[in-house]
Amino acid sequence: MIEVQGLTKTFGDKVAVDNLSFTVRPGVVTGFLGPNGAGKSTTMRLILGLDRPDSGTALVNGHPYGSLPGPLFEVGALLDAKDVHGGRTARSHLLALAQSNGISSKRVDEVLELTGISSVAGKRIKGFSLGMSQRLGIAATLLGDPKVLMFDEPVNGLDPEGILWIRNFMRYLAGQGRTVFVSSHLMSEMAVTADHLIVVGRGRLMADMTTEAFIESSSTNAVRVKSPQAVELNQALVDRGFQVTTVDGYLEVARAECAQVGDVAAEHHLTIHELFEERASLEEAFMELTKDSVEYHTEAFPGDPFGAPQGESA
Amino acid sequence: MTTPTSMRHVLRSEWTKLISVRSTVWTMVAMVATTIGFGVLISWATESNWAKVEARQRSVFDATSTSLAGIAFGQLAIAVLGVMVISTEYSTGGIRTSLTAVPKRLRLLAAKSLILLAISLVVGTITSFVAFFLGQAFLSKVGIETHLGDPQVLRAVFGGGLYLAGSAMFGLALAALMRHTAAAITIVVGALLVVPPFTRLLPGGWGDAVERYFTSNAGQQITAVTQDVNTLSPWGGYLVFTLWWVVIMAVAAYLLNRRDA
Repeated sequence: MIEVQGLTKTFGDKVAVDNLSFTVRPGVVTGFLGPNGAGKSTTMRLILGLDRPDSGTALVNGHPYGSLPGPLFEVGALLDAKDVHGGRTARSHLLALAQSNGISSKRVDEVLELTGISSVAGKRIKGFSLGMSQRLGIAATLLGDPKVLMFDEPVNGLDPEGILWIRNFMRYLAGQGRTVFVSSHLMSEMAVTADHLIVVGRGRLMADMTTEAFIESSSTNAVRVKSPQAVELNQALVDRGFQVTTVDGYLEVARAECAQVGDVAAEHHLTIHELFEERASLEEAFMELTKDSVEYHTEAFPGDPFGAPQGESA
Repeated sequence: MTTPTSMRHVLRSEWTKLISVRSTVWTMVAMVATTIGFGVLISWATESNWAKVEARQRSVFDATSTSLAGIAFGQLAIAVLGVMVISTEYSTGGIRTSLTAVPKRLRLLAAKSLILLAISLVVGTITSFVAFFLGQAFLSKVGIETHLGDPQVLRAVFGGGLYLAGSAMFGLALAALMRHTAAAITIVVGALLVVPPFTRLLPGGWGDAVERYFTSNAGQQITAVTQDVNTLSPWGGYLVFTLWWVVIMAVAAYLLNRRDA
């Protein structure tokens, strides 16, 4: 369980994290979604006590990270797979980490096995591919068999096989009842990995809901219909108050359901060749959301050419 | 299941970190080779030219510090090790991984310091003794050698190890403050080797004071049996040198707790 309450962090006069509050629950994969520069990595560093917040708190299993008696037993965190000394072998790197928390060297061999990198355990890390480094980073997070796992952009730069492995691994960890918190700027990736989404834009919370509800709530949901009598159908739908546009030879009916469109066509004895729901992708839903946040900024402070006053919500 | 982590755990971890990178081996080899090598070279040169040395210079000749003269170069190698112990954590990003495992930052710095102090003290002392005995072997050819049993000699030879350990800590403290390898090494070389001789050029009483108290000018008195004019006493000088790195380390520790990693 990760609880973030009113977290705010500024770098100079740039607000990286702005009064952020959310809770990450066990048993599901929680996606931390936002464009680059939205404050995802900063939030994760704040949770891990690497950066100091200007205000607000971040608790892991009810405690500030810095006061956990055995941090690796509670939290496994992978911020950047390249945050290692390349001159060490994979085993030495893991052994030093394990020893710092009193974890046995037997466990080092276990996590090497678990992540499939036993065969390169004696090799220096600087020769590792990104996929190998990523596996090593994940091996490190598992050393203390922690209940909470955090990954920052874990699939960045990986090949399809690596992406699939990490995706399945995160679902497996969540399936064991662990708290899995994973950030990404790839909405499509989160759609297939995350059960729950915490969406941020410009350091602010934009949404905190299930992935399904997030897509559902998007205003771009529409129905597409193809008819040889498109002109008549268009008129019939507009008469009923629907917004209709023509896209790629289809009529696109905004905020409608297939049944409604089908019923209208039937009442007017119009032929339909195709009728389907046009679900918004996560990408579109996300852009819709951040677009709103940007508009909010400009409307709220129209006279200020530099945008919102910094840290006004701190 | 959770065992509270202790200083003992972090010390073991830092030991593993230290011995598992090549730079440790290379800087140690460089320290041993330059300290012994230059000590032998200078002792040999002294022995060969002894007949031409004037009586006035003979009267202030210090056989111990002559055999330990290589420390002037060895100090740089071991100071570089001190720098690397922490600067590579910053240059590689490993510091974030380390601080995630050990969020008590001062404990991490203390463990690094103790491990470095221990290894540099042991290797430095052995090196100092080897340099001393090899140097005396050359000097004995013209009968100007000294012995461990002579007054102040044992202190000076142990002092060689103490000074080398202090140099390592000086490097670690500076790098902990600066968090940048190249910058820290540049300042270490300047502060320990390049600038100290030039302090002699400073005029007046305050110039003499700066010269006396300046880093290696003060610290290296622990390796000498006979003191020059305008120098501190062996232990007084070593205390001043220790204060140099302790103060830098204190500032670094204060900032480590406050800065974002």
